[in-house]
Amino acid sequence: MAVSIDPKARNLAPSRRALLQVGAAVGGGLMVGFLAPARAAAPGGSGFAPNAFIRIDRAGKVTLIMPQVEMGQGVYTSISMILAEELDADWAMVAVEHAPPDEKTYANPMLGVQATGNSNSIRAFWTPLRKAGAATRAVLVQAAASGWGADPASLRTEASQVIDDAGGRRIAYGELTGRAAGLTPPADPPLKDPKAFRLIGKPLKRLDTPEKVNGQAKYGIDALPPGCKFATFAHCPVFGGKVARVDDSQARLLPGVRQVVVLDDLVAVVGDHMWAALQGLKALNITWDEGPNAGVSTAQVRERLVAASARKGVVAKSVGDAAKSLSRDAVEVTYDVPFLAHTTMEPMNCTAHVTPTSCEVWTGTQVMGRAQADAARITGLPLDKVIVHQHLLGGGFGRRLEFDPVTKAVRIAQHVDGPVKVVWTREEDIQHDLYRPAWHDRLSARLDGDKIVGWKHVITGSSVLARWLPPAFVDGKDFDAYDSAADMPYDIANFQVEFVREEPPGVPTGFWRGVGPAHNVFVIESFIDELAHKAGKDPVEFRLGMLGKQPRLAAALKLAAEKSGWGGPLPKGVGRGVAVQPSFASWIATVAEAGVDPNGEVKLRRLVCVVDTGIAVNPDTIKAQLQGGLVFGLTAAMFGEITVENGRVQQSNFHDYRMLRINETPPIEVHIIPSGEAPGGIGEAGVVAAMPALANAIFAATGKRLRKLPIDRDVLAGRTST
Amino acid sequence: MLTLTINGQAHDVDVPPDMPLLWVLRDVLGLTGSKFGCGIAQCGACTVHVDGAALRSCMLAVGSLGGRAVTTIEAIGATPAGARVQKAWLDLEVVQCGYCQSGQIMSAAALLAATPSPSDSDINAAMAGNICRCGTYPRIRDAIKQAAKAT
Repeated sequence: MAVSIDPKARNLAPSRRALLQVGAAVGGGLMVGFLAPARAAAPGGSGFAPNAFIRIDRAGKVTLIMPQVEMGQGVYTSISMILAEELDADWAMVAVEHAPPDEKTYANPMLGVQATGNSNSIRAFWTPLRKAGAATRAVLVQAAASGWGADPASLRTEASQVIDDAGGRRIAYGELTGRAAGLTPPADPPLKDPKAFRLIGKPLKRLDTPEKVNGQAKYGIDALPPGCKFATFAHCPVFGGKVARVDDSQARLLPGVRQVVVLDDLVAVVGDHMWAALQGLKALNITWDEGPNAGVSTAQVRERLVAASARKGVVAKSVGDAAKSLSRDAVEVTYDVPFLAHTTMEPMNCTAHVTPTSCEVWTGTQVMGRAQADAARITGLPLDKVIVHQHLLGGGFGRRLEFDPVTKAVRIAQHVDGPVKVVWTREEDIQHDLYRPAWHDRLSARLDGDKIVGWKHVITGSSVLARWLPPAFVDGKDFDAYDSAADMPYDIANFQVEFVREEPPGVPTGFWRGVGPAHNVFVIESFIDELAHKAGKDPVEFRLGMLGKQPRLAAALKLAAEKSGWGGPLPKGVGRGVAVQPSFASWIATVAEAGVDPNGEVKLRRLVCVVDTGIAVNPDTIKAQLQGGLVFGLTAAMFGEITVENGRVQQSNFHDYRMLRINETPPIEVHIIPSGEAPGGIGEAGVVAAMPALANAIFAATGKRLRKLPIDRDVLAGRTST
Repeated sequence: MLTLTINGQAHDVDVPPDMPLLWVLRDVLGLTGSKFGCGIAQCGACTVHVDGAALRSCMLAVGSLGGRAVTTIEAIGATPAGARVQKAWLDLEVVQCGYCQSGQIMSAAALLAATPSPSDSDINAAMAGNICRCGTYPRIRDAIKQAAKAT
């Protein structure tokens, strides 16, 4: 199996870490240092395994099986906290193991597939995991009770022990596993009252961070099965193009180059190390058949979006009579946002070993089941002959919801003897992404005094959902495309949201951190800000006036205004902007403070973010996720733009696809509103918050409204007009 | 055949002299703590120390090293600055996905070894070459300051 984190390791100081030693454990040489050895996936294979998520051995070690992947969002720890809480496990004895590919057993309850995404790991698994923990606890108590001849109701549990206070005795879970295995867990066990939580709500230290600090953590790109060769490759730079001819005569002469693999759409060089592969790739002379997309450009995509937006869209939501309400005195605007790349710090990669009877794959993926299924499809092998070794992910952001790195590696490995690690160059990673779609939005609204009485929002762009989850795309409705738009929080009597599906020619699109809300909330909160200024109202007051039905969001907004010093004096050229969002079942208000200089350069000064996310399983993780998401969103707002010309992406690496860096990052304060409501989602929420808060701050600083991203410094400097 | 001194040990490696150190570390020696992020010294994920100086190993030809001492993330904890940095990183839960953090820690350790009480602009200058896509920059800054205060 795959990633596994052992309790013994977590407390050792980094300086005592020995050099890693790759173990030849079952399933592949991944398990090193303080990661527990890989073990067979079958539940009950070792120890008491009452359900798919918990295994307890006779020594009392509690192994928790993770249905969701760890890509920095802290989910290995938060999910473990939920299980360990209801189980009353000793937190110091908890070990973590990733679930095997198994769409049935480990499907995400909200998505219906085995996938981590849409900020729902906690919300989707909150009740199922609590029940799994509680049911296991119940059989352990029953086992102790029958061993003692005691009434189970008189016993309690704490730190992996069943305790009989009256009888003055206690017994460890490990000793109960034999008897417990013979009992049937209750289908609907009672869950703890949150007031009794010992773990949930505490900022416990994450289980995965020690190994990420001393170089021991293993990402997909670090897999080194014995005898592994190394490969990199080039696709046709034009989307959808094919290989016409390859002259590899120079490449084959280079030291360390072993073979060149030519497929219909890519050419790979296999060598003794990545350097040989890279040098070999440079030495290839490839003639491409550019195919039908050689004329595609972002200008063309934009033209098509604008034209399509005039069509009648699928109605996502309709209240009252928006058309009538907007038939006079309506303010009409359009907004545009660009294609965006994911650029996870760990470039795409996958190691594969294909034999006539087996396929073994090492990678970090957000979709274990789909990765396995695709490898089986390509090789023609049955599923049980395809092993997928999961790893920690060096960033997901939605890019690893796609299994194309596995597809390519398996196809290449079919031509290679032994395992081959296929690593994408950063250039391939950026130029063959599945991009956040370019969107075109048309909005109109009518004000009556300081209230909005009519609102219409037409969203035009690609449907990622239609491709990624066809069963969810019904009657032309893409709930992600209008997420946070159809459920906009403001109380508006006449309200209509429509979605027009328009696919860009040739350019692949995918889910990008923040998904629908990241685009919709930018547009909505910017337009709301425009309307506030048109009404002559303070942007916070204007919003509060329409949030009567949203007490949680209104409370977050008031606190954000207070903590940020809203309304207080600021130097010339500096402004504050506010944005509110319901997204992923959390309520968030953000205030950004930014300065703009006469050259149009934006200086980020401060961000304050307030969140009501229901029960905060691990408050420190929530703060970290919001801080990090805000940085991700600020990056996109400040610099993010993928452009296409002649069917090719023009950006290629970090020198021309710019990332925010530490010297540009402002202080970011996060405040969590205590709540007893069910937990909301947080992983993507910061991304959504950043863009409109910043755009509104820039307006406050300059009087210039930006209806496009990324921020246009020429417009801010007055070198061009909007 | 080249002899490299990595983390106090001599390694004989049969590689071309123009091969970047990063790939020797990762693919030949199995030291995968130093990471590949861009290959053009723009992201800092590959940062190692050569005679104590933070350098980007993705563009550092092994033939140019000579006998100079290379230190990687796997051994930085044995240095005083490295140990303080790693402890601060854990105390403040800096890490999210963690992929960039080897490079961040190496850059931070070199900064503290040279500048025990760095100002914000010292931190900016030393750390601006290390990209973090998860956005852990605020905590990186706080952790460097905390490590600087520890003795």
